[in-house]
Order: sequence, then structure tokens, then C-alpha cells
Amino acid sequence: MGANYEKFETVCRVLEENKFDKSKLIPILQAVQEEYRYLPQEVLTFISSSLNISPAKVYGVATFFAHFTLIPKGKHIIRICDGTACHVKKSAAIINAVKKKLKLKENEITTKDMLFTIETVACLGACGLAPVLVIDGEVHGQMSPEKVVDLIDNMLKQEVAKQ
Amino acid sequence: MEKYLTINGRKVLFDKEKNLLEVIRKENIELPTFCYHSELSVYGSCRLCMVEVEGKGMLSACSTPLESEMIIRTNTEQIIEMRKIIVELLLANHDRECTTCAKSGTCQLQTLARRLGIDEIRFRNVIHKKPKDVSTYALVREPSKCVLCGDCVRFCDEIQSVGALGFANRGPNSIVCPSFGKNLELSECVYCGQCSRVCPTGAIAPKSEVSAVWKALSDTKKKVIISIAPAVRAAIGEVFGFVGENGTEAAGKIATALKSMGFSKVFDISFSADMTIVEEANEFLERIKNNGTIPMFTSCCPAWVKFVEQYYPEFLPNLSTCRSPQGMYGSVARRIMPEILEVPKENLVVVSVMPCTAKKYEARRSQLAKDGVVDIDYVLTTQELALMIEEIGLRFGDIKPSAFDMPLGFKTGGGVIFGNSGGVTEAVLRYVVNTKSDGVDDAERFSFVRGENGLREAKINLDGRELRIAVVYGLKNARKVLRDIKTDKTRYDFIEVMACPGGCIGGAGQPVYTDLVARRRRTKVLYENDKIMELHNPQDNPYVQKLYKEHLDKPGSRKAHEYLHTSYKCKKRFKETVELSDFAHDSNVKVNVCFGSSCMAKGSKEILKHIVNFVESEKCKNKVDIAASICLEKCSNGPNTKVAGKTVERCTSETVEKAILDELKKD
Repeated sequence: MGANYEKFETVCRVLEENKFDKSKLIPILQAVQEEYRYLPQEVLTFISSSLNISPAKVYGVATFFAHFTLIPKGKHIIRICDGTACHVKKSAAIINAVKKKLKLKENEITTKDMLFTIETVACLGACGLAPVLVIDGEVHGQMSPEKVVDLIDNMLKQEVAKQ
Repeated sequence: MEKYLTINGRKVLFDKEKNLLEVIRKENIELPTFCYHSELSVYGSCRLCMVEVEGKGMLSACSTPLESEMIIRTNTEQIIEMRKIIVELLLANHDRECTTCAKSGTCQLQTLARRLGIDEIRFRNVIHKKPKDVSTYALVREPSKCVLCGDCVRFCDEIQSVGALGFANRGPNSIVCPSFGKNLELSECVYCGQCSRVCPTGAIAPKSEVSAVWKALSDTKKKVIISIAPAVRAAIGEVFGFVGENGTEAAGKIATALKSMGFSKVFDISFSADMTIVEEANEFLERIKNNGTIPMFTSCCPAWVKFVEQYYPEFLPNLSTCRSPQGMYGSVARRIMPEILEVPKENLVVVSVMPCTAKKYEARRSQLAKDGVVDIDYVLTTQELALMIEEIGLRFGDIKPSAFDMPLGFKTGGGVIFGNSGGVTEAVLRYVVNTKSDGVDDAERFSFVRGENGLREAKINLDGRELRIAVVYGLKNARKVLRDIKTDKTRYDFIEVMACPGGCIGGAGQPVYTDLVARRRRTKVLYENDKIMELHNPQDNPYVQKLYKEHLDKPGSRKAHEYLHTSYKCKKRFKETVELSDFAHDSNVKVNVCFGSSCMAKGSKEILKHIVNFVESEKCKNKVDIAASICLEKCSNGPNTKVAGKTVERCTSETVEKAILDELKKD
């Protein structure tokens, strides 16, 4: 069976590993988001029923932390640092370049083809490399608008090659 | 050693008070609060009860534990300025359409702004109006009026164990809403409405049906009848500054007021409460005699009924099948009133006045309708009735009382105490236990079931059998009792449950109260009312006897069942399913494996695994869609799997596989 079943099996496994303990809600949500790349409503409902807590409470936790998202994210996640050090080194220009390259409007963060999601973060803790960004967990330091566009172009090429 | 505080220079002794706020209030200083309710946990979010504690600075009184010799000031210039700023900030982020607000006049934010002398708001208004939620019959949510005190969230969770409302988002985006921002109707809300009672503003309020009732009254073709619940007389006077001793006068004044509004007949729900007792007590005796399902639960509280339907469907057979007094009034009125009033059936409008918001929902239950006609057209709350009286300009305190109409207006004391927690039990005992009065006053015979606790127990001897009784209010207490029964920790024969603290007198349709003293006073009014009644035992009500003779045969008869009983249905709490197939296929067989917590514990995961393998291996790969459902609601027969719309109960991978193959053969 396909990916959907596997993901659901993971959810069940995560719940079991946490012994259906309500106080483990946050680690459970983290693990589930890892699997789905977001928190689907029906899966949150399933978690609330399994842990015997009201869905309103689960929804409250899932919307409180910036880490969690209830909206599907793209395949590649670009986290651009806009902390003090990066900001001073013109991270705004990088954010704009990425948005322009990915044709994202004002409040959009995910491309229509679900390939990319961009997020701005307050500090990645790598101020020495400012301006810095992280693509799919890999850190890229001393960025410039040109460099980041090159990075995205490369990723797009790889995607085309895969197809 | 004596423990004391110094409050504004005065020495004040304290003993068992829970926090600083309680001691200060005991000293008759009304510190403002939004988020403090003595029944709920301390939250400390509104910051309005800030006081100056010498050596410690500004502290919120509600969340400060008591220490002896603290020196407190409650009214320094700094405190006053701080309170003003807090209220101004709230007002800057508040939909200030006070004149059209349901809570206008009882709103605590409004009151506080006046008390603090706020004549100008120094901050720009930043309110973004959010849409109203009018999805339910019982309540209206207006998020733009929310002050985020969390009272509703805590009441729903801590007292009712429902948790229909929660906080969502964070910081300036915080809101209170049902899960996933859905409408209340789609949540687990049982409509007890206590959220609206504790809400300091108009963010949640009972839904009004006043204009619909005025419209019916002005229609010359219609005859409108009305009946008032026992608890209404115990509280309506609070709105008009009229507090009666025993409710008789208030009830009479209500009757006068309703007649001058143009209602054709004014009845008393206490009459149908008498009928409920006769029918319910009879059902209870039958159950005991015939080894029926025991314990029997009372079924007059619609919030409790919805609670059982939602969370404990396995206990549905324990609910008495008797309709609530409102339900009985509706069906009996529909049957006998058209003839009495000489009006065609379709022109009879049936209205009730209830202390309750859930009754609005109950009236729309499909079980309380016949041939598509609902038994009760409109349900007003005590608050709405008070508004109607104000609207026509009657001086409630001065109008003369008048009598209720017959036949549905005569009652015994048993029907009146229905409005108190423990009242139903007491009235049932008056029917069931045939002891001689032994000189004991009839009204006091079973008063041991009375009390203020949310969970009370009693034992009584019935023909050599020890009956164990529980009287419960608050659905969290009820949940505890159900759990204990399930795990054989305890045994009962009869359980009365009311969702609202104190029973119906504390209902959310009553004038808003914040002080427990009000609840105690209302309870007393009904017991006093019982005392002055001529009759105390519901079975002695001559009009009830006559009604049975003429229309309903005898208690428990087929006719009585048709008119006075109802049925219950398991209610799906979650509508979501998790799709497990990657693509939806065309001509497919849909398989839903139940992943509710009960089925999961019984091994639905293994069953799913087998089915997935089976579907892969057999040649049905592209013809079967699999999904995980969150509860197919047959928990006692789990694990369950639904194949093409049919539920396979107590399923194994073999039975499900067979069902799938059978379906595929059909294609």
C-alpha cells in the first residue's frame, strides 16, 4: 500500500511509543508533523480521540507554537534568518529575491506546485555566517540575492531531472 | 496563632480562605475580576484584581496565597490608573456596540468602565470584526466581544469535562473557539450554556427567540400557549429587584404578565413534571421488577442526554425513556389543546419558558416531533421572559398575581422541586416509597437527598431491597460516576444528573448570577414553595390522573409511551476520516476501519494491516479504498469495520475480508 497508509502507521506507532500519554502531546505532534510535513485536521482529531483530550485543546497547542503548521508545506523548506545580525547584513533583500524567484505574493509562503515553502526565522544561531539561510536542514552562510537564486535554480534542475 | 492581614490600614483576620482575593471580598471590597470564579481554577489573566502588597509590589489578589501579617492596599493611585489602562485597552479591542448587545446591562466590562469612571479611551480602536456564530439553537458566539478571560474554556473543561471551546493561536491573534475554528454546532458542545453565564461580556450569549414569539402573538389566526418551568419563578424577580419568599407570588405575577401579552393559556411545567415523575418512577419500578437495565438515569436534562449520546452510547439503555417535562408538555398540548381552544392544529403555537439554553436544542430534536410538526415551537429563557415583560412596560413588582390555567397548570410540590438538584430524585422517592408519613411532614420525608455537593449519595429501603441513589450535577461529576460504574467500582440503582451546578435553578437561561448566594436563595425558594403546596406527591395530582384516564390509559401503557416517551441515538462526535489509499478509485468498495480509542484497544491496527495486505495481494487492488474512521459508534461491539456502508461488528480480518469479497462479487 502507498504513502498514506505508511504515514498513518507511523502516527499509530508514535502514539504507542508515547504510551497514549496526554502529557506527551507536543512530542507526538512533532513526530507527526515530521511525517506529514504539516498537521492534517483529521490526523489531529485522531490524536485527540486516542489521547482522550478534546480536539479544541489539541488545536490550541497546534496553533500556539510557530513550529507547527496546519497548512501543507512545500517539499523543500527554505528558512531565511532575519535576526539582528542577518537583518543588518540585508537579509530583507534575500527574502525579496527568493519571493520574486518563486513568484510568491505578499502573504504566500508556499509555491503553487508545492515544491517550496519559505519561512523567516528570528535567529538561526549562526550570526557569524550572516546573512544565513537553511534549505532542508543544510546551512548556507554569507548569502546574497544572486547566490540564493542560483541555489534555487539548481534545486529546480534536480527536480526536473528526477521527473 | 491568629492569622491576619492589614487591608487599607485595617486588621483583618483570616482562616481557610483560598487566596487574597477572597479575604478582600469578605471585607466587602468588590475588587474587579473577569477571570475569577470560585468554582473554577485560578487563572490570573485579567490582572484587574491587582493590589499592592508591601515588600512585594503589585500582585494579582486571586493568585496570591495568604501569608500572615501581609500589608495590603487596594486603592492606591497607581492601582487605580492601572485598572483604568487595562479596561481601556480591552475596550480599544472590543466591539463596543453596547446598545444592541445581548449582555447590555449585565455586561461586566460595561459595568467596570462605569465604575472606574472611564470617560475616554486613550487608545485607537483596533477591532477587526469577526463573524458571529449563530449555528446552534442555544447560543450565539460573538468573538469580537471576547476579552480572553478563559472563563468559558475552563468551565467547559473543568466542570463539564466537555472542552468544546479552547484557546487558539497566540499573542495578538489569540481567540477562543471550538476546534479548528469550526462552528459551535460541529463541536461537542452540549448546550448547557454555562459558558454564557460565566462570560463577563457578550462574547457568548443565549440565542433569543423573543421576536419570533411576538410575531406569533400578533398573528390573529394563531392561538399561542405558554408554560413556565419551576425554576423560572425562583429567579425572575432578581431582574426586577423583587425577591419573593416562596416563588408563588412571582409565578402569579408571571401568569398575569403573560396573559396581558396575549397568550391564550398560561400553564405550569410543574404539571408535566408531575407527569414525568409518575411515568419515570413507574419505569424505574418496572426495571427493578423485571430485571431491566439498572442503574436508571434521569433524562430530563437535555445537556446530559446529549453528553451520554456523544461520549457513552453504551449507557443509552440506562437513560429513562421518559421525555423531559418540556417534552411531555409539548406532546400533550398538541394532543389536547386544539380541541379545548377550538383552533385547527396548525394554528396552535406552543411556547415554553425555561431556565435553560439546552432546552432550545431539545425542542428541535427530531424525536420531539410528530409528522414533521415540532411539539414545541419556541423556547424562551427566563432572561428572555424578563425582557418581554420590560418591553411591554409592566411593573413586575407591582402587578397582581393571577392563577395558572387548567388543566396543565395544576401541580404538586413534587413537580416544583424538579428545578433543584436532587428534586427529581426526591419526587421519585415520594412516588416509589410507600411509607406512612409517621408524623413526618410529607415535604421533608426525603430531604436527605438535598445538598450543595455536586455528587451526593443516599440509600433507602424499598420492600426489603436496598436502593442506592446518586444525585449529580456537573457533567464532570457524571463522567466520574459513569467511569466508576464501568469499572465496577460502585453500584447504583438510580442516578439523577443535571448538567448545571445546583440543577435547573442555576441554568444558563436564568438571570446571570456570579455569587453562589443567589443559587442558594433560588434553591430555598423552590423548597419553600413545595412546603406551602396542598399536595406533595406527584401521583396525587388530580389533573394528572384525569389526563391519564381520558387520554393516556395508565402509566407505562402503550398510549403513554406514544406521548410521554422518547428515544436516543448515538451521536457522532468526530466526522473526520483519514484516507489511507493514495488515489480514489472509480468503481470502488469503501472500507472504513474504526480507529476510535475503544476499537484501537481491541486491535484495529492489526486488522487494518491484514486488510491492507489482503487488498494488495488479491486482485482487488484498484477496487478498494481504505480509510480510518474515528469512531463508528458501536464501541461495545468493537472492533468495527464498515464495508460499503455496512458495519461488520466484532470483526476479525477474516470477516472483513469476506465482506469485501462479497461486495466485489456484486459488481
